[in-house]
Amino acid sequence: MLVDTARPTVEREAVPRFGFLRNWDTAIIVAVVISILVASTAVTGFASPRNAGFLLIDMIPILLLALPMTLIILTGEIDLSVASIAGFISCTFGALWNAGLPLEAIIPVCILLGAISGAVNGILVSVVGLPSLAVTIGTLALYRGLAFVVLGDQAVTSFPRAITTALQAKIGSTGIPVWIIPVVILAIVFGIVLHFTGFGRSLFAIGYSEEAARFAGITVARTKFWLFIVSGAVAALVGIWWTLRYGSARGDNATGLELSVIAAVLLGGVSIFGGKGNLPGVIAGVVLLAILRNALQLASVPEDTLSMLTGGLLIAAVVAPNAITWSRSLSRKPPSP
Amino acid sequence: MTTLALQRQPSLAWLGTLTRSREFSVFLALAILVAATVAVNPRFIGAQSTKDLLLNSSILVILGVGQAIVIVTKNVDLSVGSVLGLTAFATGKIFIAMPDLPVIAMLAIGVGIGTLLGAVNGALIAVAKVPSLVVTLGTLYIFRGVDFAWAQGQQISPSNLPETFLALGSGALMGLPYLALIALAVVIAFGLYLRNFRSGREFYAVGSDVLAARLYGIGVGRKIFTAFAISGALAGLAGVIYAAKYGNLDATAGQGLELNVVAAAVVGGVAIAGGVGTVYGAAIGAILLTTITSALPVLGVSPFWQRAMIGALILASIALDRYLALRTERRLRGHDKHAG
Repeated sequence: MLVDTARPTVEREAVPRFGFLRNWDTAIIVAVVISILVASTAVTGFASPRNAGFLLIDMIPILLLALPMTLIILTGEIDLSVASIAGFISCTFGALWNAGLPLEAIIPVCILLGAISGAVNGILVSVVGLPSLAVTIGTLALYRGLAFVVLGDQAVTSFPRAITTALQAKIGSTGIPVWIIPVVILAIVFGIVLHFTGFGRSLFAIGYSEEAARFAGITVARTKFWLFIVSGAVAALVGIWWTLRYGSARGDNATGLELSVIAAVLLGGVSIFGGKGNLPGVIAGVVLLAILRNALQLASVPEDTLSMLTGGLLIAAVVAPNAITWSRSLSRKPPSP
Repeated sequence: MTTLALQRQPSLAWLGTLTRSREFSVFLALAILVAATVAVNPRFIGAQSTKDLLLNSSILVILGVGQAIVIVTKNVDLSVGSVLGLTAFATGKIFIAMPDLPVIAMLAIGVGIGTLLGAVNGALIAVAKVPSLVVTLGTLYIFRGVDFAWAQGQQISPSNLPETFLALGSGALMGLPYLALIALAVVIAFGLYLRNFRSGREFYAVGSDVLAARLYGIGVGRKIFTAFAISGALAGLAGVIYAAKYGNLDATAGQGLELNVVAAAVVGGVAIAGGVGTVYGAAIGAILLTTITSALPVLGVSPFWQRAMIGALILASIALDRYLALRTERRLRGHDKHAG
């Protein structure tokens, strides 16, 4: 909703920005390479297999959440509730574990519950027709609240060590965590769906012009509904991952994670107005943020500086495209083709 | 005939408008909540607990007024909690450096810091034409980070603050706490400004239809910038008040408050789609949320439900707004049919 009016329709149509976005992707990938090179030489301990393993493992939740978030932002919507769903599922996981259920039963229940949580967002956005920003600010509070309703201020930590260490298993001596493989496969699936199927193209169409998409026969409401369900299910996976990785189910698990996810997606060149962006760019954005955080943590930069950095990158990612368009329109009156 | 009816029963027409307003329905919800709680525990409405309620809601009321103005322009300010925290900590630091500073000067400094931080938001949003959600989500973390970097784990205690300043937080004038009076003054001042001044009405014009407002000659960018500066200024004022009320200050002051502030405005009938709502509604919404917090234990509900209930209230309010908007649209269409 906010997005809709803030959209400077006239300027956007006048200045073709596809070329610029291609440059943006290249810029982000170059930034990833440069930050790896700089960190490897300047930060001691960065370029070790051990650290690479940590970096990749810490990247998993944000990478997972960024996949559905990319699709949702491409359609011009947003999902601020993902971290709260992850926290809610984490607590549910802990409560079910305390109740003595086996993992094979808990995990499907948790994923289903995550999908239902996403469906609530989806119904409110696509059936009732409410702005996703307002809806997911509401469910951000609601699901975080439910997390505390489920477990209170207690934590469940009685998970067997075997499971928590299995999550950190590495492939031989490479330092690459085993669990990055299914995540990469999932990312490839999302990439194929987004860039090589009609469904994926319909997302761009919806984000570019919802009305035009509707005239083209795209079922806009149903498409958005499914995206929120997928987002909820993936958030549930993150909740399960978080619980087992840190061996603790708590109400405040994954708090504030939505900021990093949205920052990574926008940094990856997805337009907050919808309709423009691609998954390789987003993955580069996720990797860039992860490398910066990891390198600065190794250089013992305090946590609050890191969150300032994330906030700053978020603003830079939305301000930069407009600032560049603006400066171009200043330098030459008729917009260049 | 219609004119005649209006002339004959002006009081009833007025009553109809009142009961149909969103502010009234929020007020009704508040009254029902208070009545239910009093039925369980009559002491809930005693002099002391009423005073506590007014004292506790005053900060949220002041922030809610600023948020209402921002949301009316179809934007949102998520950084208010961080602005409050930074100003509260600055208040403590300034008093340690200058213990003899008059309280009124500190209020002015707080408003000044807040205005500055709000202007940063406003400039990024209005000049670079980017969504307020993303910008204020970013500054939420940046301002808080500045706060943490400045505090370095340091804590300011009431003994560092002058007595006259702490009296502002706890004192009262004829039974009404100073803080509640300040909040009331803010609500009335901005309520009158938005309703009766041309420049106040223009905020609604921007939120209802940006293009129409621009065609009409309103400087949309400047209007949005002003809305964020006002929101920042009020968050700065709230920061000083926070310092006076709690006295114990560290870098976490006001963390997570933004959600309650947005909730207060939205629950109070300020439509997130822009152009609709009053600061009075936001103020009643703020009091409702504060009352829920203190009513839950009395009603025997676990306080862990609080946040979930705030979320549910936000969802209910935006759904209600949507329903009302659709009904109005239908009614207007119906009239069109009769006219044509």
